[in-house]
Amino acid sequence: MFSNKYIFTYASVMVILVAAILSSASMLLKPYQEANVKAEKIQGILASANVTTDREHAANTYQQHIVEELAVDSEGNVVSRYRNDSLIEGDVRPFDIDIKEALMRNQAIKLGESAEAPLWPVFVLEKDDEKYYIVPVRGVGLWGPIWGNIAFESDFNTIAGATFDHKGETPGLGAEINTSWFEDEFKGKTIFDEQGKFVSVNVVKGGAGENAPHAVDAISGGTITSNGVKDMLLTGLDNYVPYIKKNNNNE
Amino acid sequence: MSNREPLFSAKNRRLLTTPLGKENPITIQVLGICSALAVTVKLEPAFVMTISVIAVLAIGNVLISLLRKTIAPRIRIIVQLVVIASLVILVDQVLKAFVYDVSKQLSVFVGLIITNCIIMGRFEAFAMSNKPWPSFLDGVGNAAGYGIILIIVAFFRELLGSGSIWGYQVVPEVFYDWGYKDNGLMILPPGALIVIGIIIWVQRSRDKSLVEEN
Repeated sequence: MFSNKYIFTYASVMVILVAAILSSASMLLKPYQEANVKAEKIQGILASANVTTDREHAANTYQQHIVEELAVDSEGNVVSRYRNDSLIEGDVRPFDIDIKEALMRNQAIKLGESAEAPLWPVFVLEKDDEKYYIVPVRGVGLWGPIWGNIAFESDFNTIAGATFDHKGETPGLGAEINTSWFEDEFKGKTIFDEQGKFVSVNVVKGGAGENAPHAVDAISGGTITSNGVKDMLLTGLDNYVPYIKKNNNNE
Repeated sequence: MSNREPLFSAKNRRLLTTPLGKENPITIQVLGICSALAVTVKLEPAFVMTISVIAVLAIGNVLISLLRKTIAPRIRIIVQLVVIASLVILVDQVLKAFVYDVSKQLSVFVGLIITNCIIMGRFEAFAMSNKPWPSFLDGVGNAAGYGIILIIVAFFRELLGSGSIWGYQVVPEVFYDWGYKDNGLMILPPGALIVIGIIIWVQRSRDKSLVEEN
């Protein structure tokens, strides 16, 4: 009933038609989708310093509070500076730095392979005349990537707030990292010990105990995700240590 | 035109209602179980999944029904797959653009609508041999039958597993102080399997005609 020629023509026309429909839909919707992703990133950065905003006003609130974006290299030098919608130094806008790629390059360099030197973004936020330094971190959980933003007080040692999020950790267990009880644990913790040595913040299974300055409670049942958060902080914040040391010496 | 069937004749109404009970895709035909386990931890994603499946299945059924006379039997499965896949991608893109939070929650499962057997099943069993309007009703009916189970399961899983409904805490704090704990099993996929099992049990014990002989 249907000839081969008919079948081939039918299939070809169908495929071309579908391709056209899908690609135009993708092109039309892309600006909305990208705006969502960007707004989400902004929300994450601001929320770590306790500035909440909804998606629509994200860009405005960001401009209001973020006074400067910095990009620092692994030796602690400021390579790029972005202020008032324009680049003052360097050629990369710190906001656009892909942490995942930077971490991969960093890893490659540690293994002795050649890779472009990674840059690490720092967002300087001002709220009620207080200065906060916000750094993004990224790591792996149990099922996929986890990421977060850590806001430091002006000493770049005491954590003022932290937000985490995840792609698909187990609901009720690992997924708890983006709930406030877990995030709030980080407030007031410090990442340097009294000798000024970088110790990060440990995520301890079975409870960190009271008054532990460098540790928080892990999530029961979410051990692998908790360890992921620990490693993410350790490897992520480590890259900022040279910058922090340099910065504090100058003052 | 006078002898045309009314839009909501008894036969057409049945297309819409039987999948909700007697021919339910999940509890009777046991199709679409995979996604029923995956998206029912909380009510909201279950609800959005329901809406998405209704959209995909209703539109897909109509498209297949319109094309049914032109589709060569030898490539019909391929044509069906292309229709499903394109609709699902469209739904996914629209969710990402306009309800970003929900799309993040559903993440990979919207894509998995493609592999939902209910959709291919209805294309093959119904839309390929029926007119667009009945196909539309059949699509809405079956997707709703799927969705109603999803929502029932999600209701119990969220209530027992997280102590909340639609994100709002309903189990009072004092219960936790007295030693009540959320049921961790309900959060994991086996919890959904147990709830679906109980629904099937209840349904069969109420309607003996569903019970197979022997």
